[in-house]
Amino acid sequence: MAEPASVAAESLAGSRARAARTVLGQVVLPGEELLLPEQEDAEGPGGAVERPLSLNARACSRVRVVCGPGLRRCGDRLLVTKCGRLRHKEPGSGSGGGVYWVDSQQKRYVPVKGDHVIGIVTAKSGDIFKVDVGGSEPASLSYLSFEGATKRNRPNVGDLIYGQFVVANKDMEPEMVCIDSCGRANGMGVIGQDGLLFKVTLGLIRKLLAPDCEIIQEVGKLYPLEIVFGMNGRIWVKAKTIQQTLILANILEACEHMTSDQRKQIFSRLAES
Amino acid sequence: MEEETHTDAKIRAENGTGSSPRGPGCSLRHFACEQNLLSRPDGSASFLQGDTSVLAGVYGPAEVKVSKEIFNKATLEVILRPKIGLPGVAEKSRERLIRNTCEAVVLGTLHPRTSITVVLQVVSDAGSLLACCLNAACMALVDAGVPMRALFCGVACALDSDGTLVLDPTSKQEKARAVLTFALDSVERKLLMSSTKGLYSDTELQQCLAAAQAASQHVFRFYRESLQRRYSKS
Repeated sequence: MAEPASVAAESLAGSRARAARTVLGQVVLPGEELLLPEQEDAEGPGGAVERPLSLNARACSRVRVVCGPGLRRCGDRLLVTKCGRLRHKEPGSGSGGGVYWVDSQQKRYVPVKGDHVIGIVTAKSGDIFKVDVGGSEPASLSYLSFEGATKRNRPNVGDLIYGQFVVANKDMEPEMVCIDSCGRANGMGVIGQDGLLFKVTLGLIRKLLAPDCEIIQEVGKLYPLEIVFGMNGRIWVKAKTIQQTLILANILEACEHMTSDQRKQIFSRLAES
Repeated sequence: MEEETHTDAKIRAENGTGSSPRGPGCSLRHFACEQNLLSRPDGSASFLQGDTSVLAGVYGPAEVKVSKEIFNKATLEVILRPKIGLPGVAEKSRERLIRNTCEAVVLGTLHPRTSITVVLQVVSDAGSLLACCLNAACMALVDAGVPMRALFCGVACALDSDGTLVLDPTSKQEKARAVLTFALDSVERKLLMSSTKGLYSDTELQQCLAAAQAASQHVFRFYRESLQRRYSKS
């Protein structure tokens, strides 16, 4: 563990900026500055590398790095704004330094363009519905943004909607639609009757939606169920009986705090009964 | 089921032996912090300094009344409730100090026309209350995931009639010649807020500030350990 080294570093006045590569997977705190790979070479120890003098200032080509949630550009460095683990994803193809982001645990959702969320219709006003998505203001949903929209088949106040954001930034009211770019529903729209809607943390949703998550497969083997995940921390689940639905809701809420062994125990116990 | 991380840290700063006769008695009381203990707020934290304990809850970024909204940044509200009685003028003044500190650190421009509310409840008061409130507010803001440009901490010190400096004074030690509370940020230990009461000279102010800056390192180290422990459990 780099504990003694980090303590010594902190005892210096001010925090020294560290290279982003060396901090991957560690917990970073707000206020820390991270150096991108390009600058780190330029500021190397003692400048031992010989470089030809460049006549125009800073003509070096920087690696293009995408700054994800929890990080902000500050000059030519990255400033950490949220507490969490620093992650990195290599670019799939082509140039670029990949994506850096901070994996933090949060309960409050902030609308992001392209996210699929579960909303509750709260009001009708003019041509649009007002949908509560758990953010700072209700999103607007047009009457016409459903597949096969007619005057008859419209959601009512109080219905659950699964849709995605087309406009979501800090300056404008978020707008969502229930069709994709081709005009097809693609699973979005009004969520059916019955079932249970409950809220979990955003980190748990991301964990459940990760491609290699075994929790959902195990849950599917237990009972036949319908389940919808909203990136705003809402999960809608429906099974054959109310009791099964409640059991599934409790399991998913508890998944956050259980290790995989405890989970397997609970699943095996439920499968027996 | 709430996830609780209870971190205890007994922090004692090095006392420079052989320094000036007015060398500070640099010992902070026992710290403890617990995060995510309330289910309704978006972030919550409980901070203990010796016997002083403050519980903080943060709601935000949430809806804001049109009369209070600011077009280009978040509206930050702080509510401080004393242990007994109705909140009075002293609470209002402390709320303003804490709000100004938070506004300097929180990146409000990322969430315009929203409100971020910090609710502080005094559970027990045994000295250094304002410093404990600041620490609890900072941990709660981190727990809620509110974007910040730095962490901040509060350190209180008391000046005795013969010039001895006591950090993190208890209620008895606070009946001294002067009591000074500083809020410092984590990036360069810069001063964010200072609230002082009593008589002190210019040099004494600088001494207190230097002692507070040295003590803040321990507080930030405690923050780091506490947050690392919280994330290591997931």
